[in-house]
Amino acid sequence: MKTQRKLLIGLGVLALLSPLGFLLPEKLHAGAAWGEWSAEEVKSLVGYVPRGLAKLSTVWDAWIPDYAFKGWENRGHAPRSLATIASAILGIALCIGLGWVLGIFLKKKP
Amino acid sequence: MHIPDGYLGPITCVAGFAAMAPIWAVSSARVKKTLQAKQVPLLAIGAAFSFVVMMFNVPIPGGTTGHAVGGAMVAILLGPWAACISITVALVIQALLFGDGGLTAIGANAFNMAFVLPFASWGVYRLIAARSSITSARRAVAAAIAGYLGLALAALTTGILFGIQPLLHHTASGQALYCPYPIKIAVPVMLGEHLLVFGWIEAVVTALVVKFLQKQDPSLLQAPLETGVAPETRGP
Repeated sequence: MKTQRKLLIGLGVLALLSPLGFLLPEKLHAGAAWGEWSAEEVKSLVGYVPRGLAKLSTVWDAWIPDYAFKGWENRGHAPRSLATIASAILGIALCIGLGWVLGIFLKKKP
Repeated sequence: MHIPDGYLGPITCVAGFAAMAPIWAVSSARVKKTLQAKQVPLLAIGAAFSFVVMMFNVPIPGGTTGHAVGGAMVAILLGPWAACISITVALVIQALLFGDGGLTAIGANAFNMAFVLPFASWGVYRLIAARSSITSARRAVAAAIAGYLGLALAALTTGILFGIQPLLHHTASGQALYCPYPIKIAVPVMLGEHLLVFGWIEAVVTALVVKFLQKQDPSLLQAPLETGVAPETRGP
């Protein structure tokens, strides 16, 4: 279907542009989103790490935290951009896959 | 707007899932009655669209960052019930795989971004678009306002959830156990930054996609307004 193909192309373009999502904030010295700081950042903001936050913040070890490959934090812009694009493509593919499966499960029975 | 693990205490986390359970159930039931086989791809593309839009962190120079959600657009395209399912898919993948939003906070995050946002945006869009023709400029304006207000309302509920934590959970000496900022800080900050900056991005994104669909395939914009459910997509 024509419209759907165009929408998919649009998603691909967004995936290729996704590194802007970390490059621009870095360039303009913007930090984490409000309320999404690490435990250390919270400590520097309010002087202590809330006890519950310290405990709960480590319950989940995400595979690709913040759309960046582990151990690549100090690499240059180009490899980190590639990692972000790969994350975007993987995320888009998984959303379409899971959305499709759910859609087939939820669709109106004929 | 993705609340991480550790910022919400157990009461709020459980309340988030308890609030979303019936919303997810009713959404599934509504979608089951209305979603046609041909519309399945749109539900999937909506989830992917929301996922990738949220990767675009927009900086406030020297300060913080934020992003649009794309949820208003998904609601306009699919109706709010299917949008709720679609955005939830994106949120679950973000939390599980990319650590964007906490696992314990999936209920709360879904409440803000997969319930408050699409339902508010859809209501505003419906109200303003009214009976205007599908390709009218009024629809694009309605989409922009719907995106702006929907994201702002979601930011407000997020701010409230952050802000009630110091009240609910603190030590005898008054130290917070989870989010340390009270409601009088969390709400003005969350609402303010989304009214001043990020809401405009949601507005522009929503209006641009509506304008594209008006040109490309206006039939996609037809049915949700009448029924709140997704339209038939055009055949191959």
